[in-house]
Amino acid sequence: MVSMAVTNDTETLVSKVDVGTALMDDHRLDDIVTIGKPLVDNACLSMRNVNVFYGDKQAIFDVNIDVGANEVIAMIGPSGCGKSTFLRSINRMNDTVESCRVSGELLLEGADIYDPAMDVVELRARIGMVFQKPNPFPKSIYDNVAYGPRLHGLASKRAELDEIVETSLVKAGLWAEVKDRLLQPGTGLSGGQQQRLCIARTIAISPEVILMDEPCSALDPIATARIEELIAELSQNYTIAIVTHSMQQAARVSSRTAYFHLGRLVEVNDTEKVFTMPDHALTEAYITGRFG
Amino acid sequence: MNLNLDQHISQKFNEDLESIKTEMLEMGGLVETQLTDAIAALEYADSELAEKVLKREDRVDTMEVDIDEACTSIIALRQPAASDLRMVLSVLKSIRDLERIGDEAAKIAEMALVLCEQGDAPRGYTEIRHISSSVREMLTDTLDAFARYDSQAAIKTMRADKKVDLDYKSAIREMITYMMEDPRSISRVMKILWILRSLERIGDHSKNICEHIVFFVSGEDLRHKSESEY
Repeated sequence: MVSMAVTNDTETLVSKVDVGTALMDDHRLDDIVTIGKPLVDNACLSMRNVNVFYGDKQAIFDVNIDVGANEVIAMIGPSGCGKSTFLRSINRMNDTVESCRVSGELLLEGADIYDPAMDVVELRARIGMVFQKPNPFPKSIYDNVAYGPRLHGLASKRAELDEIVETSLVKAGLWAEVKDRLLQPGTGLSGGQQQRLCIARTIAISPEVILMDEPCSALDPIATARIEELIAELSQNYTIAIVTHSMQQAARVSSRTAYFHLGRLVEVNDTEKVFTMPDHALTEAYITGRFG
Repeated sequence: MNLNLDQHISQKFNEDLESIKTEMLEMGGLVETQLTDAIAALEYADSELAEKVLKREDRVDTMEVDIDEACTSIIALRQPAASDLRMVLSVLKSIRDLERIGDEAAKIAEMALVLCEQGDAPRGYTEIRHISSSVREMLTDTLDAFARYDSQAAIKTMRADKKVDLDYKSAIREMITYMMEDPRSISRVMKILWILRSLERIGDHSKNICEHIVFFVSGEDLRHKSESEY
């Protein structure tokens, strides 16, 4: 019933067919300016005029947004709106995509993420990432968590490493379930446990920021609830940016929500506001299930 | 105002929302009839009509429960957000006020029955006629504003409540003079006072519903605000 009609560049109407003419016709893509409060005072991540291209195709258009320290920010939007692309450009995961080009300014605690002198391995230690599908290494549970600390030389003694592994698993809420079988393969765990293992692996190297790209979309509701609970706990020590397709999840876990639409950042506001009284008609249309 | 309530991807969701709105307006229509009939029963000393109003009161209650359940099920099954959520919430709140209006109409019908039996000169009826016509107009305008999602009309109706309050106060003063003039009339005038009181309450409930409409349409919460603020 609803189709997104993006024609050529001169005629880029956001979405024309059936989506309430009064609502949509006014919103030309080129005119979208982010509304709400995208910037904060205590920014941990600060992004300005970010554009991302895949070859000739532009995926992100002039995005300005801050992520505050110890904040959980949710990024939502229809498929293909660029939210994952944007998330991946924060820890330079897009470097692995050859045709991908990022312009603009992305700062982590004031340091330029795209500075040629920036050590990408170190950057990704500071900005960890959790993916949609749990992807434990084909190693033991212990080694999965110990891998990062070993790589970065965070522990000089076995006892120290043991301690890091235990604390990380405790923080990820997995310790009680796996403490008796640390040497068994991580791939033998259930989906939800694997995802928590991946989170433990991420926090083992004490990142400042954790990026989560739909961390629960492959999990059942109970495992999802566990992860959401975990996000709330982790937010006391980490800054978290989460991309999610579940609007209820965004509503539950985040303090601010950013809505992306066809590569544009349409609105950033307190989550409570976004889900009761969004400022932008496009946000409203998306979260109420009128298109997406 | 176009809130595009019928533009969901899920057709069933459209229908569910449309249906609570329709049912609420239907309930509003019934409550309106209750009020009109209760006043007519009083005015024309028609005890049959008053009985009818009392009998129909059950239907108002049943409708409230039914709509309440429909709203609960929408919240549970659809997790509405933004304007949809505000719509469901304002319907939920409005049906409470409608139900109370129904109660007040029934109270008026009860008084009408007693007054019918007693016969006698209809002192205070002019005031009742006057205030009831303002209050009925308020109720009709309120339901219209809801049907059209018109927050401006709702605000206009909210302002009308002030006049009802003033008229109510002056009617009370007048009733007091009747009682002072002739103490034998006290019991009878007391009943008129109860009716005036019910009418004044109906004005308040209509005003509440208007506040729910404004909340639904524009997200503003006008409760406990003075007139100058809206």
